[in-house]
Amino acid sequence: MITQWFPDAQPLQGLIGGMLIGLAGAIMLLGVGRIAGVSGMFARATAISRSGTPWPIAALFTLGLLVGAFAHLGAIGPVEATFPPSTSLLVAGGLIVGFGTRMGSGCTSGHGVCGMSRLSPRSLVATATFMASGMVTVAIVNALGGAW
Amino acid sequence: MLRAFIALLSGVIFGLGLAISGMMDPTRVRGFLDILGDWDPTLAFVMGGALLVMAAAWFIQRRLHTPVACDSFSLPGTRLIDGQLIGGAALFGIGWGIAGLCPGPAIASLATNFVPAAIFVAAMATGMVVHRLVTPQARA
Repeated sequence: MITQWFPDAQPLQGLIGGMLIGLAGAIMLLGVGRIAGVSGMFARATAISRSGTPWPIAALFTLGLLVGAFAHLGAIGPVEATFPPSTSLLVAGGLIVGFGTRMGSGCTSGHGVCGMSRLSPRSLVATATFMASGMVTVAIVNALGGAW
Repeated sequence: MLRAFIALLSGVIFGLGLAISGMMDPTRVRGFLDILGDWDPTLAFVMGGALLVMAAAWFIQRRLHTPVACDSFSLPGTRLIDGQLIGGAALFGIGWGIAGLCPGPAIASLATNFVPAAIFVAAMATGMVVHRLVTPQARA
């Protein structure tokens, strides 16, 4: 039904992948008592942030993201991906994502997955905000003829 | 040692989940945000699956005194909804919409599409450093 209306959608892969992401968050929470938020873990692993999660936990979690994606290459197959067509989009997007996730204390994983499932009011507001601003941004880029 | 294993395991499962979910494809993520165009609902299923499992984890967490491998839970306690939170989230959404990448998929993509992922991750780290430099309380 979904695939009939939206021929490009992958609801089953999305659901399975999403449940694994939830499982990863559950392991971090119940195992070491912390939020599996990628922006915070990355900032800590790179020493951009100097407090919070112990460095080995942040570094191993961040390294694990690469190992997991690499395992997909070996065990399942290539990861389909079409990146933005220009370096300037990658640089602009990266700069704003880096600044914004630190200022807002989280991203899709920390606020979107871990915080929303905790019914944290902060995370509900943050997630609604970045979803809305992402949608407005894509609409503006498309209106300016920059769709890719 | 157990803590290190738990952190690595969590990261590996997270990365595998990202790869399976389709969220490592910036075009697919962009398709989810493109509600006025050819909308791709896949990300909603990813979120749904993740929230389902994570909600169960919070249910268990509320019944535990301590995590399995640490002495206490270290969870965000602030409930303040302020300009930092909303402004930061709004900026993050703009960057997410521009490149179709958020931090998790970008970092995982270093293993599968190194060059574009490395450009994005380097810019992201730079943005984080800039935030630290302009925010006195974040320098600690």
